[in-house]
Amino acid sequence: MPRLLLFIPLVLFMILGGFLWKGLSIDPRELPSALLDKPFPEFSVTALQQPDRVLTKKDFVGKPVLVNVWATWCPSCRQEHEQLLAIAAQGNLEIIGLNYKDERAAAINWLRQLGDPYQFNIYDEDGMLGLDLGVYGAPETYLLDAQGKIRHRHVGVVTPAAWQEIQAIIKGWDSVKN
Amino acid sequence: MLSAAIDVYEFKDPEKEKRFQELAYELRCPKCQNQNLTDSNAEIAKDLRTKIQQMLEADKSNPEIIDYMVERYGDFVLYKPRVKPQTYLLWYGPALFIILGLISIAWILRGRAKKQANTTAEATELSATQTQQLDDLLHIKKDKKS
Amino acid sequence: MTPEIGEFALIIGLLLSVILAVVPMVGAATRNEMWMSFAKPLALGQFLFMIISFLCLGYAFATDDFSVVYVAQHSNSQMPIQFKLSAIWGGHEGSLLLWALILCGWTFAVSRFSKALPLDMLARVLSIMGMVGTGFISFLLITSSPFARYLPSYPADGADLNPLLQDFGLIVHPPMLYMGYVGFSVAFAFALAALLSGRMDAAWARWSRPWTNIAWSFLGLGITLGSWWAYYELGWGGWWFWDPVENASLMPWLVGTALVHSLAVTEKRGVFKSWTLLLAIFAFSLSLLGTFLVRSGVLTSVHAFASDPERGFFILMLLAITMGGSLTIYALKAPSVKSESSFSWLSREVLLLVNNVFLTVMAVTVLLGTLYPLLIDALGSGKISVGPPYFNAVFVPIMGTMSIAMGISIAVRWRETSQESVIKTLWLPAVVSLVIGLIFPFAYGGGFDFRVFLGMSVSLWVISTVVREFISKFRNATTIKTKLSQLSMSYYGMMVAHIGVAVTAIGITLVSTYSEERDMRMAKGDHVELAGYLFTFEGTKVVKGPNYMADQATIVITEDGQSVTTLHPEKRRYNVKRNMMTEADIDAGLFRDLYVALGEPLNNGEAWAVRVHYKPYVRWLWLGGILMSLGGLLTVFDKRYRKKKTRGRVANA
Repeated sequence: MPRLLLFIPLVLFMILGGFLWKGLSIDPRELPSALLDKPFPEFSVTALQQPDRVLTKKDFVGKPVLVNVWATWCPSCRQEHEQLLAIAAQGNLEIIGLNYKDERAAAINWLRQLGDPYQFNIYDEDGMLGLDLGVYGAPETYLLDAQGKIRHRHVGVVTPAAWQEIQAIIKGWDSVKN
Repeated sequence: MLSAAIDVYEFKDPEKEKRFQELAYELRCPKCQNQNLTDSNAEIAKDLRTKIQQMLEADKSNPEIIDYMVERYGDFVLYKPRVKPQTYLLWYGPALFIILGLISIAWILRGRAKKQANTTAEATELSATQTQQLDDLLHIKKDKKS
Repeated sequence: MTPEIGEFALIIGLLLSVILAVVPMVGAATRNEMWMSFAKPLALGQFLFMIISFLCLGYAFATDDFSVVYVAQHSNSQMPIQFKLSAIWGGHEGSLLLWALILCGWTFAVSRFSKALPLDMLARVLSIMGMVGTGFISFLLITSSPFARYLPSYPADGADLNPLLQDFGLIVHPPMLYMGYVGFSVAFAFALAALLSGRMDAAWARWSRPWTNIAWSFLGLGITLGSWWAYYELGWGGWWFWDPVENASLMPWLVGTALVHSLAVTEKRGVFKSWTLLLAIFAFSLSLLGTFLVRSGVLTSVHAFASDPERGFFILMLLAITMGGSLTIYALKAPSVKSESSFSWLSREVLLLVNNVFLTVMAVTVLLGTLYPLLIDALGSGKISVGPPYFNAVFVPIMGTMSIAMGISIAVRWRETSQESVIKTLWLPAVVSLVIGLIFPFAYGGGFDFRVFLGMSVSLWVISTVVREFISKFRNATTIKTKLSQLSMSYYGMMVAHIGVAVTAIGITLVSTYSEERDMRMAKGDHVELAGYLFTFEGTKVVKGPNYMADQATIVITEDGQSVTTLHPEKRRYNVKRNMMTEADIDAGLFRDLYVALGEPLNNGEAWAVRVHYKPYVRWLWLGGILMSLGGLLTVFDKRYRKKKTRGRVANA
């Protein structure tokens, strides 16, 4: 029996090693949204291009949408713009813009110059909707289902790979329905 | 990122200022490498500090403010993890290990006490020579070598 | 050309360490004296070629050879020469080269200063160190060569070193820390050699003790310097953040502390051998684990190296081989628990065991807290954080209880001590420390504070028991002078180190209770009062450094109308990377620091955000750390290690 006790350190180390091994394939910086599978927060904020129009959640609930958090001060947002335009052109999924802590004139100008992939834009000037949504920087992209629940969050540039991941999730829903 | 976050939050109530410092110290900046809200200069950390200040001025309690943050950013923002089944090992582990350690010391002592009772005379005799033992040991080895 | 020589020297270094890993070990197994005697010259050769390699990298830095990728990424022609040279270890590749160099240095030192060791033991020890060396040098060559070139075209100037690292701290902190980390490889090698040869006697403990104490002292100094560096450089006024990188250095130190004590019992009393062997294996393994955590990117940290899963994989394999191999040998060869000596519950043996339990649990706690986010994540239960509030909540009670045991252990002898004599020795220190601990918060802080009462009482308890014991040594002494010289260096070392613990504990208690800080918006002429000091902001001016421009503020500090000092905190913008850095200015004192950091300009530079700190007794933290390490070093000068050496020479002759 005492001899077997001497194997305890080895066993403990092997368990530890297993976790460390697993750890190599996990990105500690990748955070899932705390609102995952929860409804998109309620809000009532003006539209970017129409300052007198007040937007609420009702404006996009009823069908799956992408909500894209962007700003003109964010260089990565420019990088993903082409991809967003391509998604909008395909027409399968609507994109709602959430203009985050930005200047209205600059943002409108940006859309005029680079093209506008968004159905409409929520103008979150002080970032309080962003805070409710758990945004910690731009760009971030959220996939909402028809009930307005957050089903996926992507942090950073929407790359073709990220877009494929989003499409795969939507396909998953369709197959469940059928 | 390289510069410390220094900005000015003015509170009328010094008690609230103290609570502000405590909260900003215990909450993690969600975007940063590993920094609390006090130390971080990131945009989001500033927003969250502002939010804490607003909530304090609105007479919210500390648990309310912490719940607000966790609802939005998850358990990740808590530098002091909540006690729940997943964190039992973390919170109770150290105390458990100390108890285990002390029990094993007691166990060793008991084993020795028994043995000592059997061989008291022998043990004392051994100990008289024990101080010499080590030096002898070293000598013997050397002799073998040379 | 020199970088190629450096790379080539590294390859030869690797070849030599492979031979060192194999030949003497085989020689020891087959009792072939000639093969065993290869160990010493191989250790020397390995060390020489690592020095050559290191000098080549140093030369590339000194001469701004930006065709070398590593130099181009970590240096710049504008940098002052001392930072160019310390930039050698400012990044992953170079710091790993320093790691390997120090390892070969330790190997050489063991071969040079172990004349008393039997040849087969020395051969095994050096061979095991050669195995570690083989692992690390091949890690360097395969994944992280610092000599890779940008060819055919290379940048005209370097990308500059992170401004935080352009500091005296970088010059001294990593070498000290690595001396400690790597130094534990000696204790590790001795433990494995003992296991392999089956000679786990007290002689083994005596041989490895001085090496362990030196390594432990270096590690402690490294940690102390790191804490001091973070305090003045990061601009937050904090001195310990419980960041994974800091924890990575604290874990081997805690286990090393346990080892230092446990080796003492094993040497003096011949007991707890299995436990001591295990600690020796763990101290070094935790150093390796620290290396893994810092360089693999599995944890987020403020100051980790650029992470790379390939490197992470490589270190994990090194860790698996080193730890898995040594723990297997341990499981097969370690002596199962047998009593060879007797002691009662009130004996130094038992108290040292208690000390070991506490220190080990502390190390396990740090490990648990550091890795818990990873464990939870790997189990798919989400992301959590474990930070300072957790560690403080768990550490303070453990440290407090251990300090009480520390005081008792001073009054307790080996084998057995009567309760009456312990009470007789300790009642006075107990009363004195409780009374002063009770009065202190009233006298210093103007009101009762339970934490201060506990912290001060416990610290004073540790000091007063040491003093009481020291005085009692002179009861029967003929003259004080003879007695002073009779006491061994080990004894002095122990006292100094224990007082160091108390000094650090006093620092922690007082700085965390009585610190004051204010974040202020200050325009020219504004002032703020903090802890009786009046800080007056007298505006800023632009100053030019060697490779940066800075806004430098002038803040005059007075106390009761008397001038105390003038501080000049800076906000620097480095020319190359264009990043901003806060350079705090500190008026340091034994009893308090005044700390001023400059934040952002407000209202177009009319006013500035300024943070002022009052930090009482903060220096005691590091003073205590230095005392602990000093104590560790003193023990090495103990006569019995020297005596042994002379006798060894005679025996060899």
